[in-house]
Amino acid sequence: MIFKHGILAAFLGVVLAACPLPAAAGSTIDVKAGFIRAPHVQETLSILDIPAADDGIAGAKLAAEDDNTTGRFLGQTYTIEDVRLQPGDDPAAALNGLLQHGVSFVLADLPAAALLTLAEAAKDKGVLIFNTSAPEDSLREENCRANVFHVAPSYSMLADGLAQYLVWKQWKRWLLFKGSHPQDELYAEALARAAKKFGAKIVEERIYEDTGGGRRSDSGSVQTQRLIPVATQNAPAYDVLVAADESEVFANYLPFRTWDPRPIVGSAGLEPLSWDGTHEQWGAIQLQNRFMKLASRRMNARDNNAWVAMRMIGEAAARTGSSDPKILRDYLTGPEFAIAAFKGQKQTLRHWNQQLRQPILLGDGRMIVSVSPQEGFLHQTSELDTLGFDQPETKCKLQ
Amino acid sequence: MQTAMKLSTKSVMGALAWSAFELHALAFAMTSPAFAFTAYVSNEKGNSISIIDTDKLEVTKTVPVGHRPRGIALNKDGSELYICAGDDDQIQILDTKKLAIIGTLPSGPDPELLILSPDGKLLYISNENDNLVTAIDVATRKAVAEIPVGVEPEGMGLSPDGKVLVNTSETTNMAHLIDTQTHKIFANVLVDARPRAAQYTPDGLELWVSSEVGGTVSVIDAANPKVKQKIAFAVPGLSKEAIQPVGLRFSPDGKRAFVALGPANRIAVIDTLTKKVEKYLLVGQRVWQLAFTPDAKYLYTTNGVSNDVSVIDVANLKVVKSIPVGSFPWGVAIADQ
Repeated sequence: MIFKHGILAAFLGVVLAACPLPAAAGSTIDVKAGFIRAPHVQETLSILDIPAADDGIAGAKLAAEDDNTTGRFLGQTYTIEDVRLQPGDDPAAALNGLLQHGVSFVLADLPAAALLTLAEAAKDKGVLIFNTSAPEDSLREENCRANVFHVAPSYSMLADGLAQYLVWKQWKRWLLFKGSHPQDELYAEALARAAKKFGAKIVEERIYEDTGGGRRSDSGSVQTQRLIPVATQNAPAYDVLVAADESEVFANYLPFRTWDPRPIVGSAGLEPLSWDGTHEQWGAIQLQNRFMKLASRRMNARDNNAWVAMRMIGEAAARTGSSDPKILRDYLTGPEFAIAAFKGQKQTLRHWNQQLRQPILLGDGRMIVSVSPQEGFLHQTSELDTLGFDQPETKCKLQ
Repeated sequence: MQTAMKLSTKSVMGALAWSAFELHALAFAMTSPAFAFTAYVSNEKGNSISIIDTDKLEVTKTVPVGHRPRGIALNKDGSELYICAGDDDQIQILDTKKLAIIGTLPSGPDPELLILSPDGKLLYISNENDNLVTAIDVATRKAVAEIPVGVEPEGMGLSPDGKVLVNTSETTNMAHLIDTQTHKIFANVLVDARPRAAQYTPDGLELWVSSEVGGTVSVIDAANPKVKQKIAFAVPGLSKEAIQPVGLRFSPDGKRAFVALGPANRIAVIDTLTKKVEKYLLVGQRVWQLAFTPDAKYLYTTNGVSNDVSVIDVANLKVVKSIPVGSFPWGVAIADQ
């Protein structure tokens, strides 16, 4: 067997035993989910960012506990099966393993290409997939799929959330510094689009070539201190340096080291995020406390996306009294669906591409500095649709 | 120069005092005789209780209490105020004469809201972090029951006869109906996202539950616990997402419901019979909880973001005063004396 399977159902017995009520109508509904995940890059610039072994899945586990607490009043149980892919493993084979165990909901923490492979393999199998990490806009646009829900925000949503704040601050002259990887290019494209959309100007674009090598060393700071000023000198007048580094190559080296004293935003400094361990407004502290109790660490954006995905499943099953993916899909894409996820307002689905509408947090790793959409960015249907590609411009045709 | 300055300042002050007097006179013209009640307001970030003389319409004292005070409730004779000090994991007892903390009650972790049983003997408390409702015997200061409920228990309500305790759970999205004799749940009703307040109509026939994120109030048939109607809100110029129903109170005659709409900065006034919104009253920012004066003539609202309390003239449906209090006012309770 190439996959490491672990059925996270140990707590179920406890919950059922403690059930103070007869199950509704005498029968129980079992909602079975799977979590397919590829390993995350362990080489981060800051040791604070090294992903834990249960990165992402811990959020889904917490939501399954929450769903089970609700489920005991409704006669519903929730389980998650964890599948960790090794490099070279086929996500389609992982899906088949889950199907054999009766799973009909799959949370995917996978790169874009693997997610598309999975979506293709799941076609006509009656399975719903929840994208909890891939931010590529193409997955929501030309490559959108009817069996995929996007819980993670797209690059364009993140970039627009950041841009609104920078424009509000009147920091409109940007020095765009991007990495040399394809992912960096995608994020940079979204940032450039956001600048145009909200009236900022990219005064110059620079590329930081990844020449390979380790991220950390005992004497690393000496070199970085000399390298970054040189890499950022002779820039035209700018207000803020916008970094697009999706590969942990250079962005976190920028703060306090640039030639000109300027704030850093994007992949370091002030970052647009769907969630952060420092977020505590709107009752979020309750979720943070529950997560800390379960995982002994703070909840990051991938953990939170997974929590939201598993809660969406729980919400749809509780409201419809069903575990049938067809019925749950209709509910999630219908007008009734809304989820409370501790970001100050209800979150709903963009029916045209199945992206979860959501506020974007702007955090510096210590605090949430602001939350977008910013005041004054108006929209005829939902202010959340000022973030990312909107319905009139979508290229998505769900099938 | 200085004399002139002083004089003009004085005359401005005089004008202000006069207009305040006019407002007062207007407000109390139809309320005579005016009894002074005492309103207690918990300041979530101020770690204090603001004490308001409802005759003077001003804060007479601010008492420092435990960390993150939110839900507050008075005992039957108004001699003690129970304060959920969430970050201290306890309920503090404030002697309302001495204005000093005279003891604590065990509460379980992170108590948020509480309600006193009609006979005044038991306090029911929602513990956000533990998915529990705890019942505490006030006399012995001991927990006598723990009732497992949904995720993030929040609002607490009692039927007028005291036989049914209702708890809302914010992430489970239910109103849990609990038999106060057996301390067992006998019904669970799904409502819209993030339910907050639960209140019975004074005749006990309906249970209303506000849903902060769902943006609605669910009307539940008390005899056959099911949602029979949902009340929605629309304020011109405000997005749907900004309308977040939280605090909910019925006028003692049962004719009207008042619903705090959070960041919409408004109180919706609803005709209880027709379920139609009669009026939206503009109050302070992020309006949260509500309490009537014992004579039911005024309604006090806590406005978290603007750090004040709005006073509504109930007969005329007008906001007559805003009173500055401490930082992030949250709960409010008003005593007879």
